[in-house]
Amino acid sequence: MAAICSLYIINKSGGLIYYKDYGSGGRMDTNDSLRVASLWHSMHAISQQLSPTTGCYGIELLEADTFDLHCFQSLTGTKFFVVCEPGTQQMESLLKVIYELYTDYVLKNPFYEMEMPIRCELFDINLSQVVQKDRVVLLGR
Amino acid sequence: MQFFGGSEISPSPPAPTVSGNNAHMMYVFNRNGVCLLYREWNRPLHTLNAQQDHKLMFGLLFSLKSLTAKMDPTSAERGNLGVPQLPGQGCSFHSFRTNTYKLSFMESPSGIKIILITHPKTGDLRESLKYIYNLYVEYVMKNPLYTPGTPIRSDLFNTTLDQYVRSIA
Repeated sequence: MAAICSLYIINKSGGLIYYKDYGSGGRMDTNDSLRVASLWHSMHAISQQLSPTTGCYGIELLEADTFDLHCFQSLTGTKFFVVCEPGTQQMESLLKVIYELYTDYVLKNPFYEMEMPIRCELFDINLSQVVQKDRVVLLGR
Repeated sequence: MQFFGGSEISPSPPAPTVSGNNAHMMYVFNRNGVCLLYREWNRPLHTLNAQQDHKLMFGLLFSLKSLTAKMDPTSAERGNLGVPQLPGQGCSFHSFRTNTYKLSFMESPSGIKIILITHPKTGDLRESLKYIYNLYVEYVMKNPLYTPGTPIRSDLFNTTLDQYVRSIA
């Protein structure tokens, strides 16, 4: 199994705008992926309310029995989250790289409408290269 | 520590992870979502009243559990999202971390949920939660005057808990 199982990008209102699966136990169907994405959006918001101190920005890492979920929220409220094997390191930097790709190939694309599902060929190509490279690095260690 | 019945599930507390008191608060829920215990050690921010806060916490845990059960990448058959699951059924989670706190979660087979909120840099607390569950069994469940499903009012339990939490976090 690959280190990264899937990648989700959700817009600031909780709608799923990008979902990519990297060979895990069966792809989630479209309705379920949309539901999971909006559920994550709300859980992220509730976790900020329950903080014992001020300045909480929501869940960064969720450790489940069989996977880890790393989440990165950009300043504009777009959330990127990856599901990976438990204990995988350097997911924060991978999420930053994915965010960079998103700004370069999605936001700078004049035909892309904000908050809408991402259908950009260049983003797909570069993303798969980054994930591939990340896998090679993990295998090499 | 010597318990009355000599039960040796976890005879000594696990080694402390970090020194200094940085635990924020702790919740214990039963399987119906009743908050049996709420302890607070260091909580400067209160956004809601106590009852709303407990409800929100239970709702968060419930939803996160159904989320993790649905997202589990190791099993193909995951059922439907939002269907209530029995304790121990499906993929659960043991902690999550934000930039201001870390929440560690444990659920016993009878549906008792123990939640400890600590500093985000705290290490793995799974063993410590098991020990707290042990304290609960010894001081609360074995108390003949305690009615199950009611809030815990046991000074002995509270002081032991405070001592232990101070030693771990």
